[in-house]
Amino acid sequence: MSINLTGIAASAGIAISKAFRLETPDLTVEKTIVENVDAEIQLFDAAIEKSKAELEVIKEKTKQDLGEEHAEIFSAHLLVLSDPELVDTIRQKVKDEKVNAAFALKEISDQFVMMFETMDNEYMKERAADIRDVSKRVLAHVLGKPIVSLTEINEEVILIADDLTPSDTAQLNKDFVKGFVTDIGGRTSHSAIMARSMEIPAVVGTKTVTENGDQGVQVIVDGLEGNVIIDPSESELAEYRQKLADYEEKKKEWAKLVHEPTKSKDGHLVELVANIGTPNDLEGVINNGAEGVGLYRTEFLYMGRTELPTEEEQFEAYKKVVSELDGKPVVIRTLDIGGDKELPYLDLPKEMNPFLGFRAIRLCLEKDDIFRTQLRALLRASVFGNLKIMFPMIATLGEFRQAKVMLEEEKKKLMDAGVDISDSIEVGIMVEIPSTAVMAPQFAKEVDFFSIGTNDLIQYTFAADRMNEQVSYLYQPYNPAILRLVKMVIDASHAEGKWTGMCGEMAGDEIAIPLLFGLGLDEFSMSATSVLPARSQISALTKDKAKEVAEKALQLNTDEEVKQLVEKTFL
Amino acid sequence: MAEKKFTITAETGIHARPATQLVNKAGQYESEVTLEYNGKSVNLKSIMGVMSLGVGQGSEVTIKAEGPDAEAALQGLDEVMKQGLSD
Repeated sequence: MSINLTGIAASAGIAISKAFRLETPDLTVEKTIVENVDAEIQLFDAAIEKSKAELEVIKEKTKQDLGEEHAEIFSAHLLVLSDPELVDTIRQKVKDEKVNAAFALKEISDQFVMMFETMDNEYMKERAADIRDVSKRVLAHVLGKPIVSLTEINEEVILIADDLTPSDTAQLNKDFVKGFVTDIGGRTSHSAIMARSMEIPAVVGTKTVTENGDQGVQVIVDGLEGNVIIDPSESELAEYRQKLADYEEKKKEWAKLVHEPTKSKDGHLVELVANIGTPNDLEGVINNGAEGVGLYRTEFLYMGRTELPTEEEQFEAYKKVVSELDGKPVVIRTLDIGGDKELPYLDLPKEMNPFLGFRAIRLCLEKDDIFRTQLRALLRASVFGNLKIMFPMIATLGEFRQAKVMLEEEKKKLMDAGVDISDSIEVGIMVEIPSTAVMAPQFAKEVDFFSIGTNDLIQYTFAADRMNEQVSYLYQPYNPAILRLVKMVIDASHAEGKWTGMCGEMAGDEIAIPLLFGLGLDEFSMSATSVLPARSQISALTKDKAKEVAEKALQLNTDEEVKQLVEKTFL
Repeated sequence: MAEKKFTITAETGIHARPATQLVNKAGQYESEVTLEYNGKSVNLKSIMGVMSLGVGQGSEVTIKAEGPDAEAALQGLDEVMKQGLSD
């Protein structure tokens, strides 16, 4: 009997495959006295061997996907598993005290974790996490409840999970993970954004998929409508195979626009660019005919690891992106960490309101060594293409000026050292805080461009946490309150001869596109997969009509009224 | 027994990657190999032992090897040290 669930359509496309449920097993350990010490030691040795084999696979996979540097951490993990101080001590404890292997393992590894945690050195403290991680893997085997790692998936599946962290999603292998479904999350949560950038169909916020989706059962993910069918009937399967074929057909139509400029029916040009998270996303950018990158989220360089990326590592990543885009614009956003994106190794205090707290530029200006390292890497990469620098979460002109001073200082230092730097780097800001939108005319005199980050601008304007499903009705992109702010920003930039882009979800939204085009937005940055549908949509618009509808929308009362107006006029 | 002193010149000291290389190398020999630093001595075949020393830039460390292939072990470790850890 099939089970139908609905959630939020997070990433377009349809996938049909079998479920792979991501589970965190219960690893509670109790002390027992054992009769057969040898059997206990054999159990432990077997667990070590299994864990080593798994880590070898993870290490190889990481090496292929992310490079040697990222794989190093797993070499260290493997060595922990061969460490005589750990392994022999555990065996000895089992022998001497006749206790179960699980208990001996837990006790001894906890001692090591404690030892590293109490060291007066940040680096050593992080090693505690490594030991904990490795011991957990072995313990899981000893208890017969192995932990599955996303990198170990080696057949086609639909991933089912309560939620996926950004580092979980970064580990996904697109060749095998055909789609994913989660219990929690919304359209703008990180897992959803990643799914779009990786072009994996996804439905999030289904609330109960982990309860219903048993391991191995067939699942249909409809990322277009937000539907999930577990154990579908023959007729449902047939229906979705047809839907999948239709979608593929439509994609073929869009594909004809890959090398075309983005031009309205009456000849007005705008720029359609893509949002990316890592250099691996470039393939999607190029295949989908984006005219550049409007948002490169550099925080992924900092995530899923145990220490900060070096200047060299960052330089290589930025250089790769700007050179491969071969002169097309690449807007690189400086580190935006905090909020829902944490970096365990920075050891930042937990906050009551992380979205209103110490994040993004606020953190960078305070921890300026981290920021300056990134700025140097960016400056050095600037000569390899058309690189633009963008600061996130700017709330005041003072913050922008301070960041700009740091940039100039690093630039001078590099130039004094004889390093080549482009002399035409545009420096802009994200407009995602209402204060900045309101002050746009002042900002426009000093910045080179604006990029409106609608996900945050909406949450801050309506004072509604975008991670909280109970207030998700306040995510109202078409509300005239937002449209008026957007208009203020665009008009302010044009008055100073500058340009405005948008890099939030709204830029690729079929209802918003005609309004934004009408308001005069210059650059639309979206998930790579949205570029071609958007280009197709814009080619059917005329400036006069779009402008007229946008003006009308600004005078309406509610989000719903605006939506209806656009649907009636254009869709 | 064979022993040799090294001064660590690497900016980051002996951390994850170099420690991994040293421990891997030490594991290839039968001899008992120890790393001494700051009055403490640890088994060089133990990654956690090595990392627990927290050897930073400019530190002086001594490697001792005792066993049938002590000389070879010291030579092998000397080569690893020279790959960017110590001059």
